Amino acid sequence: MSHGGASASLNPFSRLMSGTAGPVIVVVAVIFAAWYVAAVLLNTPFQRDTYERAGQENVSIARLITDTLAQERPVMPAPHQVAVEIWKTTAEKKVTSKRSLVYHSGITLSSTLLGFLIGTTLGIGLAVLIVHSRVLDKSLMPWIISSQTIPILAIAPMIIVVLNAIGITGTLPKAMISTYLSFFPVTVGMVKGLRSPEIIQLDLMKTYSASQGQTLLKLRLPSAAPFLFASMKVAVAASLVGAIVGELPTGAVAGLGARLLAGSYYGQTIQIWSALIVAAVIAASLVTIVGVSERIVLKRMGMAQ
Amino acid sequence: MAREDGANARSVIDIRDLSLTFETNDGPVHALSNIDLNIEEGDFVSFIGPSGCGKTTLLRVIADLEKPTGGHISVNGVSPEEARLARAYGYVFQSAALYPWRTIANNVALPLEIMGLSSEERAERVKRNMELVNLSGFERKYPWQLSGGMQQRASIARALAVEPDLLLMDEPFGALDEIVRDHLNEQLLQLWAKTNKTVVFVTHSIPEAVFLSTKIVVLFPRPGRIYDVIESDLPRDRTLDIRETPEFLKIAHRVRDGLRAGHSYDD
Amino acid sequence: MSGASLTLTGQGAAGVGRTLAWAIVALALISLPQTAFTDGPTVIASADLMLSPILLGGAAILLALGVGPRRLVDLALLAVSVVAAIQLLRAVGTNFSKAESGFWSLVGALWLASWLFVERLSGWDVTSLAAKRAIGILIPALFGVWVLVLWQLLVIGLGVSPVLLPPPSAIGARFASSLPTLWADFQQTFLKAVLIGYAVGCGSAFIVAILVDKVDFLRRGLLPIGNLVSALPIVGVAPIMVMWFGFDWPSKAAVVIIMTFFPMLVNTVAGLASADRMQRDLMTTYAADYWQTLFKLRLPMALPFIFNALKINSTLALIGAIVAEFFGTPIVGMGFRISTEVGRMNVDMVWAEIAVAALAGSVFYGLVTLLERVFTFWHPSVRG
Repeated sequence: MSHGGASASLNPFSRLMSGTAGPVIVVVAVIFAAWYVAAVLLNTPFQRDTYERAGQENVSIARLITDTLAQERPVMPAPHQVAVEIWKTTAEKKVTSKRSLVYHSGITLSSTLLGFLIGTTLGIGLAVLIVHSRVLDKSLMPWIISSQTIPILAIAPMIIVVLNAIGITGTLPKAMISTYLSFFPVTVGMVKGLRSPEIIQLDLMKTYSASQGQTLLKLRLPSAAPFLFASMKVAVAASLVGAIVGELPTGAVAGLGARLLAGSYYGQTIQIWSALIVAAVIAASLVTIVGVSERIVLKRMGMAQ
Repeated sequence: MAREDGANARSVIDIRDLSLTFETNDGPVHALSNIDLNIEEGDFVSFIGPSGCGKTTLLRVIADLEKPTGGHISVNGVSPEEARLARAYGYVFQSAALYPWRTIANNVALPLEIMGLSSEERAERVKRNMELVNLSGFERKYPWQLSGGMQQRASIARALAVEPDLLLMDEPFGALDEIVRDHLNEQLLQLWAKTNKTVVFVTHSIPEAVFLSTKIVVLFPRPGRIYDVIESDLPRDRTLDIRETPEFLKIAHRVRDGLRAGHSYDD
Repeated sequence: MSGASLTLTGQGAAGVGRTLAWAIVALALISLPQTAFTDGPTVIASADLMLSPILLGGAAILLALGVGPRRLVDLALLAVSVVAAIQLLRAVGTNFSKAESGFWSLVGALWLASWLFVERLSGWDVTSLAAKRAIGILIPALFGVWVLVLWQLLVIGLGVSPVLLPPPSAIGARFASSLPTLWADFQQTFLKAVLIGYAVGCGSAFIVAILVDKVDFLRRGLLPIGNLVSALPIVGVAPIMVMWFGFDWPSKAAVVIIMTFFPMLVNTVAGLASADRMQRDLMTTYAADYWQTLFKLRLPMALPFIFNALKINSTLALIGAIVAEFFGTPIVGMGFRISTEVGRMNVDMVWAEIAVAALAGSVFYGLVTLLERVFTFWHPSVRG
């Protein structure tokens, strides 16, 4: 009932700050500022060593700061260094080049999406089976739930190496890890979703003497849609992690995970950070895409809030 | 406006020309306007009116849960905020709002812990007030193990445990079924007779208001304002049978007329 | 004797059950005249195997016809399946890659028998809560054992290379013989990196959440960012942490801290905001101060959210520590062992290490769940 009492008309600035956009901008700005400060502080020891070796003394603070933010292999690269690296390795490189981040992102993204697609399909299928089979529900479901507590990602290297050993290489082994990781949340979410109709709604279908298939199509699947999208958001993020980790054991050939590993071998911190930022952007975009399609689909179905 | 200044009764709540306006995106909403009301010690006052008439808001202003934007209000001779800080009243909400992680006894003890009373004092007050609402024996139960009516009784015990002179009740029995409600109404009257507290009671049930009150305040919506104040001449000592008497029906009729006038204004 | 424990039924198993029972009988009959293993005798002539089809078929006939006390027959089916499983496991042990149609028919019959038993068991009409719970644990446990048995039978019977997929017996043997190594790895990865990182990550996020909650501006600014970060591939910071904090466990703990921080932050802040208006008003009418409201109302209300984060984080922490070890470690640790033994094609050791990880993960999760039940006994999801 209350709206916080009387408040005068707001000027644009305080209106911005009273929502979420303003505070988010401020917090992001603070993070960038802290990043720069951290970069200066963390890179100073190495810079001082350099000065000492070069016999330079009495270096001004301003010079020290600009130098710490321009090292080739800094302990902590500055945001603009990462931005420049990303620009160089995306816009200025050919997409087919091994040094192009677009190329590496594409490799990672293809196994992510392939795995996500297979995993989601399998998950939905298994959920339908579980909901309709008492035996599967009682014997398999507890394992699927408890498998969420297990660090499944640990088997990634084994899958990659073993499949490589029998001649399966490239996208498929990585996609299998993504499949595996996205399959579990989708199954659990879908089982919950398919069971979400209320008894009264199921009874209604019974009064129409609807078949199990009709009940599934007309009641269970539509009611499961919100659950499906919620678990797909989790699954797509997990898929990406799976694809990246899947790129680690093959010895850094291609993909964002390979960029991370190669960067850590050769101390190329800027390369690590730019791969990391690109991975973060991809993750955020994937989750956003699922979120937007969720909103569109649920709106069409008349379920949007 | 019917307003009798009792010669010997002390004024507990004094409201003069009170108004409250909420600023919303659709412009100002006049929740309360030009409210004048005097509540005396020992009164049982009901606020009744259609939804949106501001009866709950008025109660919340008395409890300092809402700040008025104009006019004067005093509770026990001080501002509502000072009264709240002095723990001058007990408040009973629409639902019991008991904490599920506390036993019934510990729920009743909650305000006493906040006031910093000793554990002996707490135990004594819990015992006494749980007896008062007929909940002895349920001390160690959790709220979710009790029926809705029992939960609401526990929340009344919790309000009484503060030992306030003033009891503010916001549709406390609104969510209960009719039979439980009748029963609790009778118990509430007995409690009121035993403790001689001042009660302000918000309701939208005419029989409930007439049965319980010594004074019935009928409110109108848009803007929320007082339409009628009815002094009840029913005896203080009442049983449910009184609802069949002509005196009761006469008062109920007047209340209903008032509510109808409010609605016709709306249409 | 209670009427529920032994019920006589005049009719045979209904629907699916009866079909399954007849299928078992058919498979048992089919297996009899066929050879079990290359260059070996037929099933009926094999002293090691002949008992299995007879017992399985017999029990299935009883079930299909509905003869005898129902639950006793069900239990007999279980006993018969156990005998058959033992016979098959022993027989296959000396016959790597030599299984033939007789053997596979028996495996099929055994599979259907286990399926039938679960079908029957889940139909048991038990009333006591303890019995229901026991069945609820027994069925998935049986399923787990069955997967191991089938795995063993398939891998040896088909002659799958142990490099691809070792049989459970080999993994078990490797597990038993490598206990000191596994323990050392567990200590390095779990007791140091995971537990310390988890405690610091969750603890600091909790404190930050309390501060963020107090400053509304921070709450509005940090919450969307925290939600976003929770979806990012944070394990990727592992190489950076290894560079900053060295090869030993502190760098892994740092990864764990970062991974567990945001889920805890987001959940705690959401939990602190979960008290409804009426409950807050109640505290206002008592003139309760900020800390009283925090401790007596908002923190208890936040507990279900906090435990949710603690549960999510228990898995994340283990993943973070193991994956971080793929980027460089001293020569001990679960992730290190997995990546090096995979390189040497010692797949049974990798599986043993994965078994440790799975065990550690589920025990950790189980403990957090236990604590949750103790502290949020009042929450509808726990008490229901």
